[in-house]
Amino acid sequence: MSQPAKAQKDRSMAQQKEMIAGHFHALSTAKESGRKVVYTFVPGNLTELMHAFDVLPVYPEINALQSGMRKRSGAFIAEAERLGHSEDVCTYVKCDIGMLKNGNIGPTGEKLPPPDLLLLSYTGCFTFMKWFELLKREYDCPVAMLHVPYQGDGRFSPGMRDYVVSQLRSEVIPKLEQITGKKLDEAKLQEALARSSIAEDDLVHVLEQAKHRPSPIDSYFGGVYYIGPMFTAFRGTQSAIEYYRMLREEIDERVKAGEGPVTPEGPMKNGEKYRLVVEGPPNWTSFQEFWKMFYDEGAVVVASSYTRVGGVYDTGFRHDANRPFETLADYCAGCYTNLDLPTRIGLLSKWVKDYDADGLLVNSVKSCNSFSAGQLLILREVEKRTGRPGGFIETDLVDPRYFSAANVKNRIESYLQMIEQKRHNPSAIVSEGPKAGALPVMP
Amino acid sequence: MSAGLDAIVERADALYHDIDLTCVKQWREAHGGARAVGYMPIYVPREIIDAAGMLPVGIMGGRGQIEIIRGDAWFQSYICQIPRSTIELALTGRLDCLDGFLFPSICDVIRNLSGMWRVLFPQKYTRYLDVPQNFDPAVGGRFFAHELGGLRDDLGKLAGRAISDDDLRASIARYNENRRAIEELIALRAEAPHRAPAWEAYLILYAGNLLPVEEHTAMVRDYVAAAKAATDRAPRDQARVVMLGSFCEQPPLMLVKTLERAGCYVVWDDTALGRRWPQGDVATDGDPIVALSDAFISRSPATAAKYQPEGDRGEPLVQIVKRSRAEGVVFGAPSFCDPALLDQPMLQDALDKVGIPWTAFKYAENLGQFQVIREQAGTFADSIRLWGEA
Repeated sequence: MSQPAKAQKDRSMAQQKEMIAGHFHALSTAKESGRKVVYTFVPGNLTELMHAFDVLPVYPEINALQSGMRKRSGAFIAEAERLGHSEDVCTYVKCDIGMLKNGNIGPTGEKLPPPDLLLLSYTGCFTFMKWFELLKREYDCPVAMLHVPYQGDGRFSPGMRDYVVSQLRSEVIPKLEQITGKKLDEAKLQEALARSSIAEDDLVHVLEQAKHRPSPIDSYFGGVYYIGPMFTAFRGTQSAIEYYRMLREEIDERVKAGEGPVTPEGPMKNGEKYRLVVEGPPNWTSFQEFWKMFYDEGAVVVASSYTRVGGVYDTGFRHDANRPFETLADYCAGCYTNLDLPTRIGLLSKWVKDYDADGLLVNSVKSCNSFSAGQLLILREVEKRTGRPGGFIETDLVDPRYFSAANVKNRIESYLQMIEQKRHNPSAIVSEGPKAGALPVMP
Repeated sequence: MSAGLDAIVERADALYHDIDLTCVKQWREAHGGARAVGYMPIYVPREIIDAAGMLPVGIMGGRGQIEIIRGDAWFQSYICQIPRSTIELALTGRLDCLDGFLFPSICDVIRNLSGMWRVLFPQKYTRYLDVPQNFDPAVGGRFFAHELGGLRDDLGKLAGRAISDDDLRASIARYNENRRAIEELIALRAEAPHRAPAWEAYLILYAGNLLPVEEHTAMVRDYVAAAKAATDRAPRDQARVVMLGSFCEQPPLMLVKTLERAGCYVVWDDTALGRRWPQGDVATDGDPIVALSDAFISRSPATAAKYQPEGDRGEPLVQIVKRSRAEGVVFGAPSFCDPALLDQPMLQDALDKVGIPWTAFKYAENLGQFQVIREQAGTFADSIRLWGEA
């Protein structure tokens, strides 16, 4: 396979790169500037609250995926396994531990500062709890635990909301006050929440443009860039508003011009031949090679669950400045992996229909049981509800040992052939569920 | 073994191998078709099921006793064994005698299994039970009481009658008695492990998944009395070890036997942690739902699925080792078990700091080859006996 050419970038991508570089520079100089640093997680993050205290967030998953994209994760994982971490567990955790043991150098080459607080936003992923228990041993700082109940029966009850709000008031905010030495400025929090809502509207607009034919965006590979500022350090800031307005204008221009997504090699050469919904996180160690397998075949991802990993806006949620604590609770509870499987199946089926996709492709990652456990059932149910075929591939987040390019490419091509066959024979029967022995083996 | 001891262990063994839940069906028939509710590890408040006149049934996977065919088709190769065998049990009709199923918070796999259950078995009552990770009574306690109140309402509807406070208090008293009996067994193992071998204790405790609580309490007490009275059980020169990591997917019975045959006395383990949860009695006066919630908040055992806000993560294990006078720790965790395996480095580090030796292996509930574990455990036991300080 030929290697991808040097990546081409939109204006918004350049803008985003600048924003992220600025953030990492601020982190590297946090000690000099006197700003406090909080480590936390992406799903259900409390970015607006952190802005209200003027602290700088660090997201260990982002560090890990950046290490994966920079081809450094393999060595970090090996280091963690040498230290006794099991080969069976999440590679984000091991990559983070390995990076920490190697000087904690961030993606811009600057050293990340140690945390003043570990904000354990325990939402949608069991591993988060153990991850920060591990980090707690490495750093001399307090931990604020925010336990967000799982929506096991598909709803976030008033009792659950009350529980989260109580923890914000009794655990999270006091610890932020303790490390910063200042009281919460509720007006400042409300201002950030109001700004979030504006940017969220623009992000939703962008993602919904994939309903056009051709889709002007790739909502998985391109989508991870679009969600970057929203789900990390920038939601609630003016720069996020400006970024999403710029992005929206760019995408609207593309729709008017009838253009498809911009790939790392420029516009898609073969046009849009297949429209897919993808479930599961991407592989980061071979991200561009993985993307290329899609655009070389004319496959565009029109919706993905991963672009909802930090929070789901499809059901109408926007941050509400008038209910500052309740809205934070609702946001935390609503991230994709905190939703029960029937709700996830409903969302994926809806996306297949609303975005007029050819089917659902699951990228099952070894590291993330929160996503992966149950995906074969999800696949069957979405096939059943939509009448469109499903496909299944297996990779990992940041462990290069689990990305078998030939195997993945072969499976994608087979899946696209299946779609082609279905087009020529619309009555072809969709699978009634996995049969014994049908499960692909990890590469 | 004495005749009485033989009979008790044989009965427990039969229950362990009752993969079709025949005993549950018999209980239902004997109780006019009363209902039964299944639950997964680790902790559910069985008192609420029992108080509704229903039988709580612990489902600890297939225990290597069934061939996994359909279950394997629902899970990727990197997911542990217990959800596969549990789905297999259900899809082969073995769990048809259960009218509902509770999935407590333990890890993402069991959590997602609850959603799979709702899709695959929509006619059955299914509930995911989130337990608090905030241990402030006014915050986590209040939340948990609210959740338990909802569970009480649901189970009352399933049983066809409201669960009164008195029903609950009476059930709490029965379970308090059961926990005390289990602690007597645990104490016997720590005191005289040759009298209560780990594999027998494992079977006796497993029986609590299937028997009504009073029957199980009687079985445990009968076993303890018979084991104490046995005259043919002499102590051997074995290393005293704690076995940790088996709180969900259960080790094969042969694995437990293998450890003892390799020279280890397992003087404490977490295989039946849910049966000992909470530690100590739950209050039988006042609001019983608040009592259950308070007990969870204040007296839950330390385990991998429970957040520990203060102190060193490994300190509770060090205390267990000291209390049980163990000489080492055997980490036996299921393959791909996130809670146990993510916890291990922290626990091992704590043991290293105080000079407690340990060894580690992984298993699956359907493991069939034990030679490697036997050699590893044997070497570990030898190293303790030959070079330990004792």
